[in-house]
Amino acid sequence: MTLDARIPSGPIEQAWDAARFDMKLVNPANKRKHSVIVVGSGLAGASAAASLGELGYRVECFCFQDSPRRAHSIAAQGGINAAKNYANDGDSIYRLFYDTVKGGDFRAREGNVYRLAQISVHIIDQCVAQGVPFAREYGGALANRSFGGAQVSRTFYARGQTGQQLLLGAYQALERQIHAGIVTMIPRTEMLDLIVIDGQARGIVARNLVTGELKVHIADAVILASGGYGNVYYLSTNAKGTNATAIWRAYKRGALFANPCFTQIHPTCIPVSGDYQSKLTLMSESLRNDGRIWVPKTKGDQRPANEIREEERDYYLERRYPSFGNLVPRDVASRNAKQVCDEGRGVGKTGLGVYLDFSDAIARLGESTIRERYGNLFEMYQRITDEDPYKVPMRIYPAIHYTMGGLWVDYQLQSTIPGLFVLGEANFSDHGANRLGASALMQGLSDGYFIIPYTVGNYLATNQFAKVDESHDEVQSLVSSVQQTIDKLLSIQGKRTVDSFHRELGKIVWDYCGMARTAQGLEIAIERIRALREEFWQNVTIPGSGDDLNQSLEKAGRVADFLELAELMCIDARERNESCGGHFREEYQTPDGEAQRDDAHYSYVAAWGYCGPGNPPELTTEPLEFHYVHPSQRSYK
Amino acid sequence: MRLKLKIWRQKNRNEKGAFISYPMDNVDPEMSMLECLDVLNETLIEHGEDPVAFDHDCREGICGSCGFLINGVAQGPERATTVCQLTMRHFKDGQELVIEPWRAAAFPLIKDLVVNRRSFDHIIEAGGYISISTGQAPDGNAIPVGKDAADRAMDAAVCIGCGACVAACPNGSAALFTGAKIAHLGILPQGKPERDRRALDMVVQMNAESFGNCTNIGECSGVCPKSIALGVIATMNRDYLRASWKKRDDMEEPAIAPVANPSIGSKLRLRLKAVG
Repeated sequence: MTLDARIPSGPIEQAWDAARFDMKLVNPANKRKHSVIVVGSGLAGASAAASLGELGYRVECFCFQDSPRRAHSIAAQGGINAAKNYANDGDSIYRLFYDTVKGGDFRAREGNVYRLAQISVHIIDQCVAQGVPFAREYGGALANRSFGGAQVSRTFYARGQTGQQLLLGAYQALERQIHAGIVTMIPRTEMLDLIVIDGQARGIVARNLVTGELKVHIADAVILASGGYGNVYYLSTNAKGTNATAIWRAYKRGALFANPCFTQIHPTCIPVSGDYQSKLTLMSESLRNDGRIWVPKTKGDQRPANEIREEERDYYLERRYPSFGNLVPRDVASRNAKQVCDEGRGVGKTGLGVYLDFSDAIARLGESTIRERYGNLFEMYQRITDEDPYKVPMRIYPAIHYTMGGLWVDYQLQSTIPGLFVLGEANFSDHGANRLGASALMQGLSDGYFIIPYTVGNYLATNQFAKVDESHDEVQSLVSSVQQTIDKLLSIQGKRTVDSFHRELGKIVWDYCGMARTAQGLEIAIERIRALREEFWQNVTIPGSGDDLNQSLEKAGRVADFLELAELMCIDARERNESCGGHFREEYQTPDGEAQRDDAHYSYVAAWGYCGPGNPPELTTEPLEFHYVHPSQRSYK
Repeated sequence: MRLKLKIWRQKNRNEKGAFISYPMDNVDPEMSMLECLDVLNETLIEHGEDPVAFDHDCREGICGSCGFLINGVAQGPERATTVCQLTMRHFKDGQELVIEPWRAAAFPLIKDLVVNRRSFDHIIEAGGYISISTGQAPDGNAIPVGKDAADRAMDAAVCIGCGACVAACPNGSAALFTGAKIAHLGILPQGKPERDRRALDMVVQMNAESFGNCTNIGECSGVCPKSIALGVIATMNRDYLRASWKKRDDMEEPAIAPVANPSIGSKLRLRLKAVG
């Protein structure tokens, strides 16, 4: 199989304009004859459903939560990047493009990233017009702050709740289309399979989570905007319900899965406190603007932070990376935190933590300025830890946060299955091996508001759609296979809970396919994951039935998918014999411990295809070409 | 620490529910209220019993999925905190916690602690937005918004739609929720063109959704995990009243129906005169 990414030729600055001009249009009167399914209602899904509704397509939008406003985009704190250069500090579309390609350690497509940087400026305009209450200067202009991996201030924000405000903007736009009767919202419903007929994605099989009823939904195109798979690690900053089921079932129907091992560990999360822990709480990266990260210089120093004198502290990021200091990209900051903790210099009960100290910033700017900038984050920290970060430094430790990998898509955001489009974190497209802060919101909204309305239109205008309904043989057999899986899960009646399997899986993946990986460790992980999967299908216990609200059953289906996806992540990590971005293979590092890429052999997207149960997946590669930003050893020193 | 959880169990809307007590012997003071329920559920499942169903997702106090009453207080005893971030150290060893779902006519029960809050979506659907389609926006800085206005709008916009306000209100009113959206959008210049219509449509929808009336008790704001101020209800009432009067003015000739409050009547008459 060869992959054609359909990247337009010609100068990169004009590529998106040219591509849009080449796209076929659907006549306004014909738009209402086409139906589109959107799975997920986060930034990408809600913005796509709203924009397609505005154009006149009939849209059905699904979410597993009780309301589209709950999607996990809501939890994004710090901000959204845009190359507005309002700060007059040297920013430009080209610089945002450059920073993102470099930040991704040269494992993203130039064409996609350039388009993202171009669209970034329109996103801010759109969101302002919707009434997103971005932070403002006294004169009424939009305020900006800086973020990791960049030396300009291009991040727009709404206190520490930027994701919430952007999502509510998209949600409100979506509700407007629901009111207009053009979009139908189907909440508390989960996609369990993809309907592919004559090679085209034509719908989904979904389960009503309240009644347990399986229902077939047919459309002319299917859009997956179902988020990332960080919950494979059990403990992550993702919402508890975030899952890979939609993209994984699509993978098993023929969509390729790209770069599954590219996962992002966020450097600033509240450390784990006990075995009961159900999730990890993120502290926004924006805190690194004013907080200084340090550990004691000597191993095992148990004194309280305030008793450790200045000369006894190691501000290791400022020491090692003088030009970026505490604002190095996430992968670098995380790896360094792990390193100092591995050396025995970690802080807190478990020794897995480093300090994020605001005392200098408070002395310089005053407590009220710090409260204004980060008040809600400080409150959240205190609520959870019972410590006052205005008085003692925060303790933080890296945690899994985002997955750069996802379903392979071309420039049109279409997967390898015609008619199946994938947006936002669910696709693999724009962040390479590491995502810069404040870029996820940008990508989700870029995909949903500004790209998919064109590319779906082009698909609908250039394809024929045979009449398909529920009685179609393939649809019927799909429904019964989904029902069989549910029945199977319920019939096992073993001894272990779903969560106990999930926790064990998470620990395996975190230990061997987390912040540092080795070929040998990945072998062990693959073996253990297979054994655990086998045990799961023999020993899981799920109380209740399949015909009402059964949260254990929902979880079981998702964990069953994670148990398969985890293996693919490890296979991909084992295959990629280099270090890049968040993928750090201990065998491949520079003498001073930085990631060592191997561009001669691995400058490609690894796209995996499903080959049936028990068979190893098949690798197809899409070579990456760099005509503008030339790959170099990433340096933030 | 030891706790006794007395939890409302109800299989579905049609069956009768009851409180069931679950003693918990090994509660870590650092765990959250939801983690405490997780631990209980693991034990229940291991014993072949149905776990307690409850809505939850982000577990960082922002998605608005979770929420129930603890000893009669919506979202529990800690100020400005949702149950997912409520740590058990706030309770006393040996304490009994009575846990029950939101009880409001507009939030029908689904199972145990899970209720249906679609009525909130319907209120937003009726007009809780600025009608601007993708691609129509001017440059972000073309509309200056003073810092004070942006801050006030944000204070109202932080609502997470959890429903605690409704559950805490003796009338089951959604005035704080509806007022928060009307205030958020009405304060901003972008939201001004639709301000009247938005207030009318959203209030009408709110009344159609079986929510009760607001009688200015203030419990809603007291339990709100985002501390939304009671003032948003005043904003809603003012916008609704003004919009209602304006609509009447536009529809009918000079006739102003007698009003209970003469001061409003006279002001309106004055305004009408000025308009001519």
